[in-house]
Amino acid sequence: MSKKFLIPIGPYHPLQEEPELFKLYCEGEIVKDIKWETGYNHRGIEKLSESKTYDQVFFLVERICGICSTSHPFAFANAVEEICRIEVPDRAKYIRSIIGELERIHSHLLWVGLAGHFLGYNTVFMWAWKYREPVLDLFEMITGNRNSYAMFKVGGVRRDIEAAKIPAIRKVLAEVKKKTDLLTGAVMDDPVIHARTKGVGILTKEDILDYGAVGPTARASGVAIDVRKDDPYAAYPLVNWKVITAEEGDVFAKAKVRLLEMYESISIIEQCLDGLLKEKEGDIAVKVKNIPEGMGTGRAEAPRGEVFHCVFSDGSNSPARHKIRAPSYVNIATFKKSCIGQSISDATISLAAVDPCYCCTERMAVAYDISTGKRIMNGAEILKASAEKTREIMSKLK
Amino acid sequence: MGFKSFCFKKSLWVFHFGGASCNNCDIEILDCLTPRYDLERFGILLVGSIRHADVLLVNGSINMRDRDRLIEIYNQAPKPILVVAIGACGCTGGIFAEGNTFAGPVDKIIPVDAYIPGCPPKPEAIIAGLVKLVNSSNPFKRDK
Repeated sequence: MSKKFLIPIGPYHPLQEEPELFKLYCEGEIVKDIKWETGYNHRGIEKLSESKTYDQVFFLVERICGICSTSHPFAFANAVEEICRIEVPDRAKYIRSIIGELERIHSHLLWVGLAGHFLGYNTVFMWAWKYREPVLDLFEMITGNRNSYAMFKVGGVRRDIEAAKIPAIRKVLAEVKKKTDLLTGAVMDDPVIHARTKGVGILTKEDILDYGAVGPTARASGVAIDVRKDDPYAAYPLVNWKVITAEEGDVFAKAKVRLLEMYESISIIEQCLDGLLKEKEGDIAVKVKNIPEGMGTGRAEAPRGEVFHCVFSDGSNSPARHKIRAPSYVNIATFKKSCIGQSISDATISLAAVDPCYCCTERMAVAYDISTGKRIMNGAEILKASAEKTREIMSKLK
Repeated sequence: MGFKSFCFKKSLWVFHFGGASCNNCDIEILDCLTPRYDLERFGILLVGSIRHADVLLVNGSINMRDRDRLIEIYNQAPKPILVVAIGACGCTGGIFAEGNTFAGPVDKIIPVDAYIPGCPPKPEAIIAGLVKLVNSSNPFKRDK
């Protein structure tokens, strides 16, 4: 009988940008079980959000995740606008969609690069990141910052895209499209990438439905879910585009879906720019006097899948409760299916294939006692502890 | 110029510690190493182990779970080591400073030699910060 051993990856591993810990239980070369530990990235954002005004929350939710820093404000804006029952102007819708799609392009390029890096194929990494730069320059031109764009507010957007900027945007898009062709050709034809990614980390349609996975992870297994189509928001119902799916469910299919999605994004942006030219310049936001009492939910399709925000308002200046659910939260769980039974060298790319984003995911941390496996604190216990502390302080005051 | 400063003039190897960050600074640090900015032409290389590093780049707010690990990594580092706090969160805690899990900015936990503010700092800013640090007559001012 072969011996079982444990390979820890992380929490501060050169392979990862973010702190997280994977424990691979192996027998020989084969991964038999996988566990992961997070909590290194917990910042208490939901609680912080309750102490900020609605305008400030946009800057906070933008910093949940730097790579998908439009999708969180997008979902939050959708949620708050549902509470207020307001419709944003068409021009604002187009601008929102343009920013969202540009972000999808830069995020997918970033993923292609990182996937190449995980395969030990650093040429792909360097090239993809080089081609990503023009998109970031475009962001800098439109919003003033390369990441964290601060474009959203309740009722519209903060800045306009003037007609004078549109030719420059089109020029960059044409350039990005050319480079995407090149990159797609290189990835699709490369025998090494084929050998390393085909048939690796397969997730079947049933697995996706069992785990509730979303985004490109689900679409690569033939489940055509996309919030932009299923629950249309912003300018997505106003333009023509299609949901990209693949059937295989392996890492190669996920790469293919992402690369082809970039073409759809470019086409969406082109159509939105056409739409912008028809609308009156400067009409980018409606005035919102106050946020009424109520509950609103907002969804948005981030590059990684569906972002869900639920906001409770008590009529005051700041949210009474703000719940955030990021796509990686469900996608990470599919590791149980995709990694077990593979060799260790294939596990890394399977882990990377869902494009996990831990800073998005970490909304709550629970401590477990290692020796007994028992939960140390749960929600009720924390409440109890808090109530006890209040009583203690009250008794001291008397 | 002292011996230590002389040794830190060329070919700095950096180790990247991402605390509880939002990834923005992480991807900007990686951006510095990719073809557009290409810090590697100056011999600045991202290494996998802190034991090989001359510079420790810390970004992101540090939460209670990260704090002990940051101290551990700092202790494992070969001394002398330059510590650079990158981004608003690394320098001050930024928007997360009021969070319930925040465990103090980086300089409250380990000694810091240079601060590169910004949310996120542009790659140009990161490069400028590193160049200023290397070119300063004595990067190890805190040793005095």
